[in-house]
Amino acid sequence: MREIQIIVIGNGMVGYKFCEKLRSKSDKFNLIVFGEEPRRAYDRVHLSEYFNGKTADDLSLSTTDWYKEHNITLYLNRPITSISREEKLVFDAEGHSYRFDYLVFATGSAAFVPNIPGIEKEGVFVYRTIEDLDLISEYAKRATTASVIGGGLLGLEAAKAIIDLGIEQTSIIEFAPRLMPRQIDAAGSDMLKAKLAELGLQIYLNKNTTAIEGNTGITGLKFSDDSNLSTDMLVISAGIKPRDELAKACGIEVGPRGGIIVNEKMQTNDPAVFAIGECALYDGMIYGLIAPGYEMAEILASNLCEGNKEFHGFDMSTKLKLIGIDVASFGDHFIDEPDCRTIIFENKHKGTYKRINISNDGKYLLGGILVGDATAYNLLLQTANNKIVLPADPEELILGSRGADQESSSAGITGLPDTALICSCEGVSKGDICNSIGDGTCENIDDVKTCTKAGTGCGGCIPMIKDLVNYTLKAQGKYIKNVICEHFNYSRQELYDLIHIHNLKSYDEVLDTLGKDDGCEVCKPLVSSLLASLWNEMILKKGNDAAQDSNDRFLANIQKGGSYSVVPRVPGGEITPEKLIVIGEVAKKYNLYTKITGGQRIDMFGAHLNDLPIIWEELIAAGFESGHAYGKGLRTVKSCVGSTWCRFGLHDSVSFAIKIEERYRGIRAPHKFKSAVSGCIRECAEAQSKDFGIIATEKGWNLYVCGNGGSKPQHALLLAMDLDSATCIKYIDRFLMFYIRTADPLTRTATWLNKMEGGIDYLRNVIINDSLGMAGQWEMELESLVKSYKCEWKEAVENPAIRKRFSHFVNAPEEKDPTIEFVDMRGQKRTAEWKSV
Amino acid sequence: MLETSNNWLAACRVEDAVKNGGVCVKSGEDQIALFYFTRRNEWYATQNECPHRKQMALSRGIIGTTTDEPKVACPFHKKNFSLKTGECLTGDECAIKTYPVKIENGTVYIGTQPK
Ligand code: SRM
Ligand SMILES: Cc1cc2nc3c(=O)[nH]c(=O)nc-3n(C[C@H](O)[C@H](O)[C@H](O)COP(=O)(O)OP(=O)(O)OC[C@H]3O[C@@H](n4cnc5c(N)ncnc54)[C@H](O)[C@@H]3O)c2cc1C
Ligand code: SF4
Ligand code: FES
Repeated sequence: MREIQIIVIGNGMVGYKFCEKLRSKSDKFNLIVFGEEPRRAYDRVHLSEYFNGKTADDLSLSTTDWYKEHNITLYLNRPITSISREEKLVFDAEGHSYRFDYLVFATGSAAFVPNIPGIEKEGVFVYRTIEDLDLISEYAKRATTASVIGGGLLGLEAAKAIIDLGIEQTSIIEFAPRLMPRQIDAAGSDMLKAKLAELGLQIYLNKNTTAIEGNTGITGLKFSDDSNLSTDMLVISAGIKPRDELAKACGIEVGPRGGIIVNEKMQTNDPAVFAIGECALYDGMIYGLIAPGYEMAEILASNLCEGNKEFHGFDMSTKLKLIGIDVASFGDHFIDEPDCRTIIFENKHKGTYKRINISNDGKYLLGGILVGDATAYNLLLQTANNKIVLPADPEELILGSRGADQESSSAGITGLPDTALICSCEGVSKGDICNSIGDGTCENIDDVKTCTKAGTGCGGCIPMIKDLVNYTLKAQGKYIKNVICEHFNYSRQELYDLIHIHNLKSYDEVLDTLGKDDGCEVCKPLVSSLLASLWNEMILKKGNDAAQDSNDRFLANIQKGGSYSVVPRVPGGEITPEKLIVIGEVAKKYNLYTKITGGQRIDMFGAHLNDLPIIWEELIAAGFESGHAYGKGLRTVKSCVGSTWCRFGLHDSVSFAIKIEERYRGIRAPHKFKSAVSGCIRECAEAQSKDFGIIATEKGWNLYVCGNGGSKPQHALLLAMDLDSATCIKYIDRFLMFYIRTADPLTRTATWLNKMEGGIDYLRNVIINDSLGMAGQWEMELESLVKSYKCEWKEAVENPAIRKRFSHFVNAPEEKDPTIEFVDMRGQKRTAEWKSV
Repeated sequence: MLETSNNWLAACRVEDAVKNGGVCVKSGEDQIALFYFTRRNEWYATQNECPHRKQMALSRGIIGTTTDEPKVACPFHKKNFSLKTGECLTGDECAIKTYPVKIENGTVYIGTQPK
């Protein structure tokens, strides 16, 4: 019998998925695929990562040999140009014909380009293929301003990508009165707008572009309200247009506004012709997302193999993947009262807006919108999709549980039924994932991705898969081990103990005794940090200099361009006029840019490597010491002026801050740590945002721990109240040693606590009640670190062998790096921009 | 040793090089990163400029191996380059130039024609 031949037009994401699904079910069909693009199907969803260093190969959905191995004929760069349904033939541009028994349209869509006069000008782009991105990044080199037409999901993503390309002046132009009009409401849009403005994006709403100005190349935009905007380039992201032209030409029915009409079996009006993905129109709707496209591929593949599956619409919940801004909508997000009850939480201060719609009987979650903080997205989506009955106070879902009793996010996961769809792109349920681990096939998230394919689509479910993996492994009593790298088969915590027991003092000794091969940039700084935490010896001695992170190796932060910054310690932020003058003089002499830092001290930027020792020599002579701004250790202990001057001050917060800073200076830890002391509850030193913070009370000090500013701010939690100074210090000693010994690499105290089972209550029990019986030992260990403190810059300038390393050229030690460039700004220098690459 | 047509630059003494790390060598207007991979008793030389953001930084990077391939990690954004071939091992940054190195009488020489 003649083999049945299937022709797929389009080698995009869905076309590829169809091949994969079909082949996993059967190899009886002859399969031929035509792609118009020059390369194999790639991950369009993560297209923007192409600008962040991913290559076309990284984005590719398959290996080069995949099609051959699966006996699929793939023609790239070969669009199909016409079809004869009577003869069952398709034709390429050169007139070659290919016979089919079944024909599948997976032609996707193209960017919709509105008919604005001047749209053909140079410098106007769309954002859909790798080639588009190549053109954009090439043109961007000559541009200083850019605009994006379209404030939807894609437009925002494109705008962010353009900012990342270095064009800081980027604008978004949206026709509708709000951003992401299809996903979020007006209040959510306002919040998003404020957030985007922080990124540097200009947003224009209610703007109708009437002309694109310029001679050959674009120079600006003109709007219907007669206003103008000058711009060097433009990206159009005004929606999508299904690629139905070929289908239409051969008499397949298409919708009035485009799209190949299909039934629930993905069949067109010709029973031998199908359409899947973004070109298919089901029930009047184009599904412009990957998950429904994959679902269509599964349905068609299954039905061709005698299955009986049907498509009945798809959940259009989405999460924007812009870095730094969370936006998500799920379920029925636009439904309004009286058809539901809404709970809205808005925090202008933090820039978050959350809305959930619940059923009128208060039992079910129908949908919602999250802006500014979408951590709850996965759980909310699951709660809505699985019709999980809501708790009595559904507002907790968006407010999050507050106070000491922080529930970890995995708690919610245990409550989900096994049928809960975790990865909607690949249709993988909680049961599938847990079973793959339960039966021993998978041991970690990478295994799960490979064998269930969960998490390989848009990636939005990965945090949930991680939790599921950990939860299932734990339930099996398995120990989850975070090994450091290929050279050390230990976790940081194990390595800490082993180095201690074996009394090892240098990286090479550690590698010889506990590791293998030659080390790398992951284990070298990590081991160096452990050695420093354990022994507190000068970090550049014992041949350990080349095993330090670059900043530690030169005891200074390397800056853009290759110069360094100098930050002397200013304990508690208190400084004498004499010392201020010295800083001024040194900065002037070595032509350094000066700035008051956010940590109550002064940073001098732009020092040549060669000048570092001499600069420090002068600072040390004036009584300064290293501020360890470069090290993973104590940074600053901020203070407020406290009872010595302030009319509200209860105790002398400055003196206590200085005492604390001088006690813990120089101690190395898994990550940097910071502290602050406030003189009263008005909290001018912001102690509750620190790794440990102290606030004066009528009776003593309140000690807060595990706060964090930075990228994911978190308030510190109260550990103990009304302490006297000695007890306060004792608790901090224990707290720091516990952290130093047990945290994962590069984990701040806040994240460390978030992962700790039992949370703050457990921590309090360990620190205050000494539940582990370690307190005595920790206090001793910390005391010995305090005793062995020396200013490492002093040691460096006094040790000729170390000092010699502070030159740029080994064969011309006096010469500075001639490639470092500075430019002038507001009467000081600043570093030149990255050279264009 | 057979002298090739390469120009050999006397870069430094063996003891001036950093063990298991790099130093930067001035070669006319050029900068070359010289690595003394002491653990493997190997010497490597590459261009000092990292192609990612054009930073003169590779000599200050940490060296090591991935599955036995000797490499350097740029201190700026941790792109990895093979010390043997110059190929970028993380992402698509272009390859870096590598140069031959020889040791004679305790002096390190770098061939200033790239390999
Ligand atoms: C200089 C300074 C900014 C300023 O001009 O004010 C600064 C500059 C840098 N910060 Fe910062 N941070 C500075 C205060 C802060 C503060 C405010 C504070 O300490 O009160 C925070 C938020 C508080 C916190 O840490 O919880 C802060 C949160 C960060 C973070 C995010 C940490 C986090 O857990 O999310 C990073 C990234 C990291 O450490 O991985 C960072 C990293 C950096 C680095 C080291 C980035 C880098 O790798 O080059 C910058 C080094 C500049 C340099 O070469 O000296 N910096 N940074 C401030 C120096 C304070 C000081 O005197 O030492
Ligand atoms: C920048 C960007 C970000 C996105 N982010 C998300 C996201 O976060 N989440 C999400 O769910 N979705 C996202 N999407 C949408 C998602 O990428 C699409 O839904 C998906 O790619 C659709 O797959 P498809 O195979 O139907 O179409 P496509 O991937 O477009 O593939 C169609 C292919 O067919 C080819 N073709 C067309 N006509 C012919 C012909 N006549 N002959 C031969 N070949 C032809 C085209 O050249 C193309 O290669 C994003 C899209 C973009 C562009
Ligand atoms: S925290 Fe209290 S003591 Fe300190 S400055 Fe503010 S009001 Fe004054
Ligand atoms: S400059 Fe080297 S990795 Fe970025």
